[in-house]
Amino acid sequence: MSSLPTYTEQIPEAGLRAAMGMDRPGIISAIGASGLKGRGGAGFPTGVKWNFAAAAQADQKFVICNADEGEPGTFKDRVILQEHADLVFEGMTIAGKAIGAHEGILFLRGEYAYLRGHLEAALAGRRDRNLLGRGILGSNLDFDIRIFMGAGAYICGEETALIEALEGFRGEPRNRPPFPVNTGFMGRPSIVNNVETLAWAACILGNGPEWFRSHGTEKSTGRKIFSVSGDCARPGVYEFPMGLTVAELLREVGGEDAKAAQIGGAAGQCVPAKDFKRSIAFEDIPTGGSVIVLGPQRDMLDVLHNFLEFFVDESCGQCAPCRLGTTKLLEGLDMLRKGTCSMAYLKELCSLGETMQVASKCGLGQSSPNAFLSVVANFREELMGRIPTHA
Amino acid sequence: MSTELPETPKRAPSSQQGQSVAVAENPSAIGGTVSISIDGQALKVPLGTTILDAARRIGITIPTLCHHPDLCVAGVCRICSVEVEGQRTLQAACAYPVTSPIKVLTHTRKVRMARRHIVDLLLSDHYGHCYACGRNNNCELQALAKEYGVDFFRFGHPEKPMHEIDLSSYSVVRDNNKCVLCRRCVRTCIDVQDVGTIEVLGRGRTSHVATFLDKPLGSVVCINCGQCINRCPTGALRANDPTDEVWEAIHDPKKHVVIQTAPSPRAAIGECFGQPAGTALTFELNTALRMCGFDQVFDTNFSADLTIMEEGTELLLRLKKALADGEPAAFPQFTSCSPGWVKYLEHFYPEYIPNLSTAKSPQQMFGAVIKTYYAQKQGIDPRDIVTVALMPCSAKKFECNRPEMDDSGYKDVDYGLTTRELAKMISETGIDLPRLAKSDFDAPFGTATGSGVIFGATGGVMEAALRTVIELVVGVKVEDLFEHADIKPVRGFEGVKYAELPIPKVGPVPALLAPLFPSWDFLKGAILKVAVAHGTANAKAVMEDIKRGGPFSQCHFIEFMGCPGGCLGGGGQPIPTSPEIRKARAGAIYAEDSAYAVRKSHENPDVLKIYDEFLTEGPCGHRSHKLLHTHYTERGRYIE
Ligand SMILES: Cc1cc2nc3c(=O)[nH]c(=O)nc-3n(C[C@H](O)[C@H](O)[C@H](O)COP(=O)(O)O)c2cc1C
Ligand code: SF4
Ligand code: SF4
Ligand code: SF4
Ligand code: SF4
Ligand code: FES
Repeated sequence: MSSLPTYTEQIPEAGLRAAMGMDRPGIISAIGASGLKGRGGAGFPTGVKWNFAAAAQADQKFVICNADEGEPGTFKDRVILQEHADLVFEGMTIAGKAIGAHEGILFLRGEYAYLRGHLEAALAGRRDRNLLGRGILGSNLDFDIRIFMGAGAYICGEETALIEALEGFRGEPRNRPPFPVNTGFMGRPSIVNNVETLAWAACILGNGPEWFRSHGTEKSTGRKIFSVSGDCARPGVYEFPMGLTVAELLREVGGEDAKAAQIGGAAGQCVPAKDFKRSIAFEDIPTGGSVIVLGPQRDMLDVLHNFLEFFVDESCGQCAPCRLGTTKLLEGLDMLRKGTCSMAYLKELCSLGETMQVASKCGLGQSSPNAFLSVVANFREELMGRIPTHA
Repeated sequence: MSTELPETPKRAPSSQQGQSVAVAENPSAIGGTVSISIDGQALKVPLGTTILDAARRIGITIPTLCHHPDLCVAGVCRICSVEVEGQRTLQAACAYPVTSPIKVLTHTRKVRMARRHIVDLLLSDHYGHCYACGRNNNCELQALAKEYGVDFFRFGHPEKPMHEIDLSSYSVVRDNNKCVLCRRCVRTCIDVQDVGTIEVLGRGRTSHVATFLDKPLGSVVCINCGQCINRCPTGALRANDPTDEVWEAIHDPKKHVVIQTAPSPRAAIGECFGQPAGTALTFELNTALRMCGFDQVFDTNFSADLTIMEEGTELLLRLKKALADGEPAAFPQFTSCSPGWVKYLEHFYPEYIPNLSTAKSPQQMFGAVIKTYYAQKQGIDPRDIVTVALMPCSAKKFECNRPEMDDSGYKDVDYGLTTRELAKMISETGIDLPRLAKSDFDAPFGTATGSGVIFGATGGVMEAALRTVIELVVGVKVEDLFEHADIKPVRGFEGVKYAELPIPKVGPVPALLAPLFPSWDFLKGAILKVAVAHGTANAKAVMEDIKRGGPFSQCHFIEFMGCPGGCLGGGGQPIPTSPEIRKARAGAIYAEDSAYAVRKSHENPDVLKIYDEFLTEGPCGHRSHKLLHTHYTERGRYIE
């Protein structure tokens, strides 16, 4: 299992110490200059997000670390928390200084409860070393972090649903605007960042934005941690520069014979072999880090069934396009598998999928038809055999 | 003294509150407005206005389903989706506050497809047949299906029910088969009523509107107010409908069927017959009821006036106890005519039951009087009398079924009918209500009074009580203190109202009350403090203040109504409801009050007569206590 090699080359707390010597705009412009984009999937520029929250006026602000890691095939945050918890907490502390927050909250996935002791110990250690609490490292920065346990719903990884859950409500996405950077936890400006994003932020402060930019592409700078699973010889957690091609990644993990790769988890896209030369980057195939390798023997409809069942179960049920649309796609898929789905109905379902992409309230419903649509688009031969000829 | 109540935070999950950006209060300030273009039309709106409201200003219709003028934004149905230039996804017009100049398109291909898909999806999950549904022709889902030209079920249509119908409540029937999960009921019950009976349970396709642990509505904490019904866009919620039994009674030649009609239905029933809100059809309704076959048509105003006499006397007795006798008495006294409010108190503030007036509601007083006084007078065996009450209220159905409501020796009120149900009965008879000739109420309860009529609006009970107390105690004409006897401080839709009424001098005790009060001296120089709250969320704010020992704990008398706006906004009134509609109904009610010759309860000749002939010991006398007063049940929040 690979780890964050760049971290081992780091001096512990170098980022935090550097940040202590900088003013708030300085920290934010360093993050901005690095080009760091959110590692949780959506790829929103981290510097911009921090800047919004920093600019918002409020009596209280919050830094929230999204450790709900629920996307199927994603497990890199778990490894980061296990092996580099301090780096994540360091990133949160820096973010606290940058936006003017005194409280950080780590939203930990319910299934990761076993990590809690380890994380609490790391927090206690940081408090002992004056890296958390009052007057951090002799500065005037007060900041502390608490852990909030999720209860096992995928949707609570969506940042506004996460905030709802933090407030004690049903984890359901909010309407946006307003955005959390203005109206977040307890109605206060809040930034929600992925575990990995915060870890990189600490590294960037320690090594400088140029160091980060020296990897990756123009629009997708830096390196990225991947969770690789499925039909390959060496599944696990990897670190690669952004912008590598699917083929390159598959070669590294021993999945060269794959017929497709599901990139970005169930919500991502299903990339067929003919597109393996495309690169994994926000400007081409975006990802939160999940790569599921699909070997030649896989039935794409089974794969799809698995994903759609996941969405039917995990939709919060709030909005009509997602709650009912995912169900209709799943039913349609079952018809396809039974050979009872007509060409006309398949077209109808694809059109429904397009509606879900634009009309659902949150990212879950907006991305749940992606896999369906990409399988229909890319594996026509596999489907056509199952459509009744008279239809 | 400040009677400003702290704003009680909305309890609806904030996802359902839309985290709305407040609309700029002062649009003329710099940055107070923002330019927006909708379908090519440019306009300026106050910062924070939603796209939906902006579009309405220029006459552009955007369909809605989960949106309701009384409720916070939800943004869950997505039927109001529109395109905002520069955004990849469609935006919910009802939930999108305009804070920067944007260009909106409301009927692009993408938008039309999306809306159609949403309607088709909703229908794919909707088990129901319009022709066999109480909301036929008044259903927002049906209207959308028509608007979007649904001519087949693109994604199928359930062939058998998916949920059991919950018939356990006397008041509200829940049929989740017809539920579109707009959550309007949930927001109503939590935010408007602050009861929280229903919430969404389950996730994804299993999500459904549920009571606590999916228990029957009849056994959970529900106050039967029916506000959820009034805001449900479909037939998923309705009142428990006894019209078949009422018809049976009417058709039974042995039965003497008597109906009493409350003030609010008259001011609203026209809405079921195509009339604009605020059309009063009081006297046309009397004609219609006779044509339907009711034997006698009485005015609930009679028993409303009776309530004022009993409840007012009770208040004076409490004041005497406290001020003259120096004994403890439970203050403030709370009104008890709203059964939704009564049950709310029994559940949430049972320790305040001693504060509730023991006077029954007008509906129940009337029932008891009909089966005793009236039966004797007419020489009819009370066994053969069927009393029906036309009420704006679904909680009245529960109330008439309370086991203790049998003081006449029989069930005092046999059936509670809502305005909607009566409208249906009238339609069934083929009567075109608005075009009927007018006719009066029947004797011996036929004198329509203004004091009774205003019971229908929030503040009305208080105003009627004050009119009477002023005249009986102070000994001056109300008109001398308040122009046209309109006690404006207790009128209006403000959630909580507060007023003080100094009693600088007292008059002689009128004969009717002489057995109870030797003189009014104990009231001389007192300041009567009163308050009015409507909708149980407002009631809660007042109760919490009382618990804290705040200014409302110093009140002597508080009127509480379970429903927003009072009875005119009751859970049995015509659908839809909105602040404008309720305002129009209130207009009709106050206009009727002004038009009556008798506008004070203690001047109602029928009331004076019953004290003369039947309740001879006067208000709060022995017989009154037996027939017109009641007791309450400490329910708490426990669930059977
Ligand atoms: C359904 C859904 C689930 C999500 N789950 C996660 C998650 O588990 N972890 C995460 O970091 N972001 C998740 N996100 C993305 C978050 O909403 C948010 O964009 C992210 O936490 C922002 O952090 P970043 O900018 O650092 O990536 C999810 C989004 C959606 C729509
Ligand atoms: S898209 Fe799905 S998960 Fe998101 S709010 Fe709608 S129902 Fe909930
Ligand atoms: S709820 Fe509306 S759409 Fe459904 S059956 Fe009734 S009238 Fe028809
Ligand atoms: S009747 Fe009133 S209390 Fe009962 S569920 Fe409906 S809104 Fe809530
Ligand atoms: S019961 Fe009616 S109001 Fe409540 S969610 Fe269902 S359709 Fe909406
Ligand atoms: S009306 Fe706007 S989302 Fe329902």
